[in-house]
Amino acid sequence: MKRTVTSSPEETKKLAVKIAQDLKPGDVLALEGELGSGKTQFVQGLAKGLGVSENGYVRSPSFTLLNEYRGRMPLYHFDFYRLHEPLELDDLGLEEYFDGKGVTAIEWADKFPGALPKRTMHIKFEIVDEMHRTIFLPFVRGG
Amino acid sequence: MLVLGIESSCDETAAAVVSDGRLLSNLVASQDEVHARYGGVVPELASRRHMESIIPLARAAVSEAGIGMADIEGIAVTTAPGLLGSLLVGIQFAKGMAFATGKPIVGINHLEGHLNAVRLERNDVPYPHVALLVSGGHTSLYLVRDFGDYKLLGATRDDAAGEAFDKVAKLLGLGYPGGPVIDRLSEKGDPNAFRFTTPKFEHSAKFGSGNPHLDFSFSGIKTAVLLNHRDAASKGRVNAQYVADLVASFQEAVVKFLTDRAVTAAKETAAKAVVLAGGVAANRHLRKRLEERCSDSGLECLIPSFHLCTDNAAMIAYVGERYLRQGKRSDMALNATANEEIGL
Repeated sequence: MKRTVTSSPEETKKLAVKIAQDLKPGDVLALEGELGSGKTQFVQGLAKGLGVSENGYVRSPSFTLLNEYRGRMPLYHFDFYRLHEPLELDDLGLEEYFDGKGVTAIEWADKFPGALPKRTMHIKFEIVDEMHRTIFLPFVRGG
Repeated sequence: MLVLGIESSCDETAAAVVSDGRLLSNLVASQDEVHARYGGVVPELASRRHMESIIPLARAAVSEAGIGMADIEGIAVTTAPGLLGSLLVGIQFAKGMAFATGKPIVGINHLEGHLNAVRLERNDVPYPHVALLVSGGHTSLYLVRDFGDYKLLGATRDDAAGEAFDKVAKLLGLGYPGGPVIDRLSEKGDPNAFRFTTPKFEHSAKFGSGNPHLDFSFSGIKTAVLLNHRDAASKGRVNAQYVADLVASFQEAVVKFLTDRAVTAAKETAAKAVVLAGGVAANRHLRKRLEERCSDSGLECLIPSFHLCTDNAAMIAYVGERYLRQGKRSDMALNATANEEIGL
């Protein structure tokens, strides 16, 4: 477990850009932390690192539940924020994404730990103060 | 031309009949009651409810229009953007009906519907105008040059304004949907009690001229509310007045952000009017402030009736009729698309 403190949303994004370099198809990232802790910012960084250059922004999928982006491999951006029952996950067809050709990043993934594959990398976010966030990574990059 | 419109992209199942640009019926089966218990839009519940509602609702819309199903001359259905499972319910119904009756069908983008809702009440809408579309899933500014001619000027980079209302209401334990709750509670609070600043963008915009000053961001304001509340809680200062002041100040910041951008966009594009669209148009503070700001700038301000601002099928039927008249047709391969922007 590696603990990193970022001092701005931009720094959170930059950390994710670096992490994206090591990602491969089938990787699943569970992003866990309260509202405003930097989860969406982190995914914006992942998208940048994966070479997503669409005509649009990487936004919160709280309302849409899934946003899909095309980079050097696809990025599937889920959000479990509004979901309450594991049953409701059925409609999302998660397994197809997990075993697909891209990287899956799930905000509020800790609401349904049973729905995640064993290989899932859990990344935790904590708010320190207005600008600072503590981010716990399950690995040391390059280590 | 008698056109039946069908809309099921998110919370609401809706059906409406439009003829020659006039509204004959407009029905909505809202799912707010179901979602209120869960604190948000739940997809499985949403598609199940759409399935239960769609047939009786379409029948009722036709009957209320004073016609029969056989009189319908065309079908318009929302195909994007939205929840795939929800969209598919409407699309399958519309395709089934088109197949059975042999009448033409056309797929409509939900956002284009919102941009044209105002035309159901006004046939003298000035062009070009700026449309401010604000809902749970969208916060965007468009330049509308004519029917079918749109340019996206700016959009949110993170959360939609409606989503920010919902999340702030949820983190303060105020219930769902967050917009109406915050609108009501704000009346009892001081909008200047706390100051939430508008974020400054470091990167250029992906839409419009590339200048970031027509983009939106609500994630920072949401976090600022959370931190303010956490600090107050740790000091034992949270009471009813504090919460009212907090949400009034939050609403003030969001409304100022939206109206400032809309007026700036209108000035820069030499638009004659600002049109408000989307569910957040129900917010009374937003309506009042936008009218004031437009009046100060010599702009006409057009705000459609509430039932045409929220998700509805009338706007889909309206746009559908225009396209069907132009000869546009969709075939049976018509499908749902989750993300689809217009005016790029």
